[in-house]
Amino acid sequence: MDKIKSLADLKKKREQLQSNMQLRESGDNVENMIQIKVAMATCGIASGAKQVMETLIDECNKKNIQAVITQTGCMGYCYAEPTVEVKKPGAEPIVFGYVNQAKAVDLVDKYLINNELLEGIIPVNYEKIDK
Amino acid sequence: MRLKVESILAEKNLANDVQVIGTGCFGFCEKGPIVKILPDNTFYVQVKPENVEEIINEHIIKGRKVERLLYVDPKTQQHKEDSKHMGFYKKQMRIALRNCGFINPENIDEYIARDGYKALASVLERNDPEGTIEDIKKSGLRGRGGAGFPTGMKWSLCRQNSADQKYMICNADEGDPGAFMDRSILEGDPHTVIEAMAIGGFCIGATKGLIYIRAEYPLAIHRLQVAIAQAREIGLLGPDILGSGFDFDIELRYGAGAFVCGEETALIHSMEGLRGEPTFKPPFPAVQGYLKKPSNVNNVETFANIPVIINKGWEWFSSIGTEKSKGTKVFALAGQINNVGLIEVPMGITLREIIFEIGGGIKGGKKFKAVQTGGPSGGCLTEKFLDTPIDYENLVAAGSMMGSGGMIVMDETSCMVSVAKFYLDFTVEESCGKCSPCRIGNKRMNEILYKITKGNGTMEDLDELRNLAHVIKDTALCGLGQTSPNPVLSTIDNFWDEYVAHVVDKKCPAGQCKALKQYVIDPDKCKGCTACARNCPVNAISGTVKNPHEIDQKACIKCGTCYEKCKFNAISII
Ligand SMILES: Cc1cc2nc3c(=O)[nH]c(=O)nc-3n(C[C@H](O)[C@H](O)[C@H](O)COP(=O)(O)O)c2cc1C
Ligand code: SF4
Ligand code: SF4
Ligand code: SF4
Ligand code: FES
Ligand code: FES
Repeated sequence: MDKIKSLADLKKKREQLQSNMQLRESGDNVENMIQIKVAMATCGIASGAKQVMETLIDECNKKNIQAVITQTGCMGYCYAEPTVEVKKPGAEPIVFGYVNQAKAVDLVDKYLINNELLEGIIPVNYEKIDK
Repeated sequence: MRLKVESILAEKNLANDVQVIGTGCFGFCEKGPIVKILPDNTFYVQVKPENVEEIINEHIIKGRKVERLLYVDPKTQQHKEDSKHMGFYKKQMRIALRNCGFINPENIDEYIARDGYKALASVLERNDPEGTIEDIKKSGLRGRGGAGFPTGMKWSLCRQNSADQKYMICNADEGDPGAFMDRSILEGDPHTVIEAMAIGGFCIGATKGLIYIRAEYPLAIHRLQVAIAQAREIGLLGPDILGSGFDFDIELRYGAGAFVCGEETALIHSMEGLRGEPTFKPPFPAVQGYLKKPSNVNNVETFANIPVIINKGWEWFSSIGTEKSKGTKVFALAGQINNVGLIEVPMGITLREIIFEIGGGIKGGKKFKAVQTGGPSGGCLTEKFLDTPIDYENLVAAGSMMGSGGMIVMDETSCMVSVAKFYLDFTVEESCGKCSPCRIGNKRMNEILYKITKGNGTMEDLDELRNLAHVIKDTALCGLGQTSPNPVLSTIDNFWDEYVAHVVDKKCPAGQCKALKQYVIDPDKCKGCTACARNCPVNAISGTVKNPHEIDQKACIKCGTCYEKCKFNAISII
């Protein structure tokens, strides 16, 4: 990785990263990727998030779905762990709670493939601070 | 309602295109029944079965919203259609947790893309540490580790002391039972702490940062290590950061998990390789800290606020919260509550809003009894405090404290004497033993609580508890001892009748104290089937076939077996 040596470097890098992300979000890129984030802090892992992530990766591979699956930190919904956020191109991100391995398979079959919603959607319940 | 929706959908041949989901409570029952339509997040409230057809025709088929049934914001009187913009859901606000659950904590690029290290860059460019400290002061940020000391003030005190080496220390000990705010921040957004420590280091004149973290947090440690390595690799830690000439690097120090090591002087001694015992202040760490050099200790969550304050300005930050407590606070909401979780709320929110709106109310529809805040240093707050705006001062005035943010909700089945006993068990276990009021006093208090729950307490014991509590508060050396009587005092103050019931009537109103339960057989209902006697593990039941049986209360160990075995409901608990 290149060193960031000045303020200008940092700004450039930020803008470049942001535009990459924007590209992903507006769905303009070729792959039209689905983004999946699995909450994997100690809390999530303890309730099985690791296995859920593996299941998601396996299922997406098996069913030939192009998706970026990453780990993220705790979303704070302990009562509904494991939690998974799915952002389809052009759609609002949706957080699904209570995603065990069986539900992970359902998530792929129903939501990713057929656009059907599943139970256990957690409504966004906080204010974001970014503009 | 659901049936109605389904049948109309079927009629219109939409059953396959629209899925009807029974979801959990959306949390505002008074507007129910509620229907939410995805993917556009439209909320309809107070929907009657006869409105269903209209919603389906207009919204689903024609894509027009039915204005009349949309949620009306009481303040602006505007119809709100998107649930994200409804006032109700704005109860939470994420500043310290802004990136948790959004970014991959092991990828520095994602942090940078969300304005990461921008604050550090602007502080370095401005090159006016005093001005930056002034901004932190004006923002009103106070320490989130418990005591609520103004952060800007702390930094300026440390800045004033010149020395060849100073240290910026992050307190990630988090020892309160039931608290996991700091762990979540470190696991979800480690870079925010690193960035803030570098900013703080620049402001006070420190080139070294130390994070004291408990070895019981392996994932947090791993993510910090990854983050530090990535920051070093691209030159955001190390020599000459961003060409400013400022050097800063961070090392981790591991704690063995003693609660007292969260106290800043004990923490410093533990890092020095000495016993983790507190020492008298002054000297404060700002004067003589790690290796006797001026040091500044802040909590993880305190740090997590810093980059945002710099990026969005102190004016913005100080516009949130109450007069003396600015910004937000992260709480770990636990206990008998529906939505157990990590929440971040603006200061000044009420307990009622937290428990009944964000937390979704008490589990199983039971009655609210108390909420414990501040962990082993805090107290229990009752119904009468539900509408008190939460800030540092109000919580202390109510006999509790902010603490680090544990919040345990209790319902009517909790025995408050047992709750006090639980926290005192913890204190007795965790006391370092250096000073006698805490070492011996807490032990004595704990013995009295045990005596009370066993049914052997007297009214004099209650006076003695109060006495001991005040002596310990006034004479203990460190914060652990000075606050340890709070759970006892606050339960005595708020639940005096319950203590008296245990002591005078020998009854536990919540039915939790085993020793105070009595199993008795009603001779009129007993058929003499002998089932109870045959199953009693200690042979406490006597009687002959077809004659009423009797329980020897002295021998009974209250195991409850007989109660379960009796098919004739002849045994009751009193
Ligand atoms: C017994 C005891 C335990 C403490 N535990 C912690 C802790 O786990 N984490 C923490 O940040 N502060 C803890 N503190 C408070 C620290 O002493 C110190 O005030 C705090 O770290 C300062 O940071 P702040 O100003 O950012 O809150 C504890 C204090 C006492 C008396
Ligand atoms: S108050 Fe307790 S924990 Fe603190 S120094 Fe005294 S004995 Fe140790
Ligand atoms: S409660 Fe247990 S010990 Fe007591 S009488 Fe019944 S079975 Fe025996
Ligand atoms: S089980 Fe019930 S009915 Fe049978 S002997 Fe015991 S108390 Fe009487
Ligand atoms: S602590 Fe992470 S979801 Fe509860
Ligand atoms: S002392 Fe516990 S239930 Fe009473």
